[in-house]
Amino acid sequence: MNKLKALLGWVDDRFPLTANWKAHMSEYYAPKNFNFWYFFGSLALLILVMQIVTGILLTMHYKPDASQAFASVEYIMRDVPWGWLIRYMHSTGASLFFVVVYLHMFRGLIYGSYRKPRELLWLFGMLIYLCLMAEAFFGYLLPWGQMSYWGAQVIVNLFGAIPFIGPDLSLWIRGDYVVSDATLNRFFAFHVIAVPLVLLGLVAAHLLALHEVGSNNPDGIEIKKKKDPKTGIPLDGIAFYPYYVVKDIVGVVVFLMVFSAIVFFAPEMGGYFLEHNNFVPADPLKTPLHIAPVWYFTPFYSILRAVPPLFNSQFPGVMAMGLSTMIFFLLPWLDRGAVKSIRYRGPIYKTALALFVVAFLILGYLGTEPTNVWGQFGSWLGGAERATVAARVFTIIYFLFFLLMPWYTKIDKTKPEPERVTS
Amino acid sequence: MADSNVDQGKRRFLVAATSAMGGIAGVAVAVPFVMSMTPSARARAAGAPVEVDISKVEPGMMITVEWRGKPVWIVHRTPEMLASLPKVDAELADPKSSVKQQPDYAKNEARSIKPEYLVLVGICTHLGCSPSQKLAAGTDGGMGGDWPGGFFCPCHGSKFDLAGRVFKGVPAPINLEVPPYAYLGDTRLIIGSDSKGA
Repeated sequence: MNKLKALLGWVDDRFPLTANWKAHMSEYYAPKNFNFWYFFGSLALLILVMQIVTGILLTMHYKPDASQAFASVEYIMRDVPWGWLIRYMHSTGASLFFVVVYLHMFRGLIYGSYRKPRELLWLFGMLIYLCLMAEAFFGYLLPWGQMSYWGAQVIVNLFGAIPFIGPDLSLWIRGDYVVSDATLNRFFAFHVIAVPLVLLGLVAAHLLALHEVGSNNPDGIEIKKKKDPKTGIPLDGIAFYPYYVVKDIVGVVVFLMVFSAIVFFAPEMGGYFLEHNNFVPADPLKTPLHIAPVWYFTPFYSILRAVPPLFNSQFPGVMAMGLSTMIFFLLPWLDRGAVKSIRYRGPIYKTALALFVVAFLILGYLGTEPTNVWGQFGSWLGGAERATVAARVFTIIYFLFFLLMPWYTKIDKTKPEPERVTS
Repeated sequence: MADSNVDQGKRRFLVAATSAMGGIAGVAVAVPFVMSMTPSARARAAGAPVEVDISKVEPGMMITVEWRGKPVWIVHRTPEMLASLPKVDAELADPKSSVKQQPDYAKNEARSIKPEYLVLVGICTHLGCSPSQKLAAGTDGGMGGDWPGGFFCPCHGSKFDLAGRVFKGVPAPINLEVPPYAYLGDTRLIIGSDSKGA
């Protein structure tokens, strides 16, 4: 034991091991009133690690070559020992990553975790989200199925809609006149090295920013305002290690139960996690009859479809879709509420948030279906498709949630915040 | 370092000049990196014109050939199909083909050199899907009773008539593209070039 201590001392003289352990684990004080919503940060980290490990194993057998990619994925599924498990863990992990991240972001919305002093923390988180979307998009091309191919074709063409530079930009992204072997090869590079490197850096920045300002909590009050005069430890804070490590392990166990159930019993999730058309090899001459992105992109895809072309250009729709993700960046400055947490907000914010969630979910559903899913209105409305009209209405609600936020959060009747955290 | 002999102005100049030179070098080295991602010589060479024999395309039928990796449709239109074109003008976004999506010799009602043969790039002008063929008029293709025949993009619901002209109120903003092409003989086409020598 003494030898071990001596070794630790030797290391500490040369590298701040103990100091970092204390700063980020054993002496990082988090509010004691964390609830269910506080599982998803550590779960996201777990999935990130899982995606990296399974991803590395997949690259050992996958071939980023248009003539071999599809077959190499089938080879992984059939011939590589446990290849099916690794691949299903990776594909299920991708979808659950978005489930967890969406819940993590929703937690930020209900408890005002993006508000001062956590603006940068929120911005790093949003950048992580953008990286995840890029990572998912690049990764989805790799199996070289029909949905891979045509999904990439549509998304790359989104950049082609940008005025003036668009056509050259999309040509540059593809490296060819159509999505081809060149595109597949570079998307592989982006997916396995470029984006993950950026992602890891951003995750580090996200955690450093969190540990600098301290965690928010369901009451939305700052625990650092009330400290023990002797120790300087927040009165409502408990050490991350061991208390929250143990709590998070419970979350991990429950999560892994859900994860395993999907991996073993429903890896395709009825076509929502792995789309049926992606089991057909890519055919550049034939678009599948119904194409839709994977579920986590569908709210934004609905917004893209909802906006009609203006001035002979589809750019307005593309811009609306881009804005619908980017607008989250502005949240810390749009919210003028007197309190952070939904517990003390007034009825207006609660209604607005509920409407936003409904809009997000319905847009998400509509994005998975063809535009004629709900039939057409009668001739009195010009026979317009019901789903398209609904998508337009909910697109407007989606944007109004953000655009009107400075106004409705200010006039909302809030309750007083407590001095100390409640249970 | 608190040396009063230091010429601050000179120091600032040297720092700025060194940073600027370093910045220029950084930008210069980015040029080959960025250019390496543009289409390679091989990809550009693959864009050569293709020759097609259309003698076996019966009236009302259509074939798809590949040019630059894109589907190119050749439709042999029947007289009824041609007669349907002017009837839908009012429902189209650009019935006169004023947006330059075709060579000048195809800027006409039928958007083709010989009216019976339509040549189109089968890529939707919205976001690049390949529309499905719904050539028959009426309800057969599941398009509703007033469908005049044409093309329907399954991705985002854009509709085009039998000359590749886009209908109003759909996501696609402009008509389908007519590629450059020419007749080498009565039933031989070259796609991708409109000078017969090529």
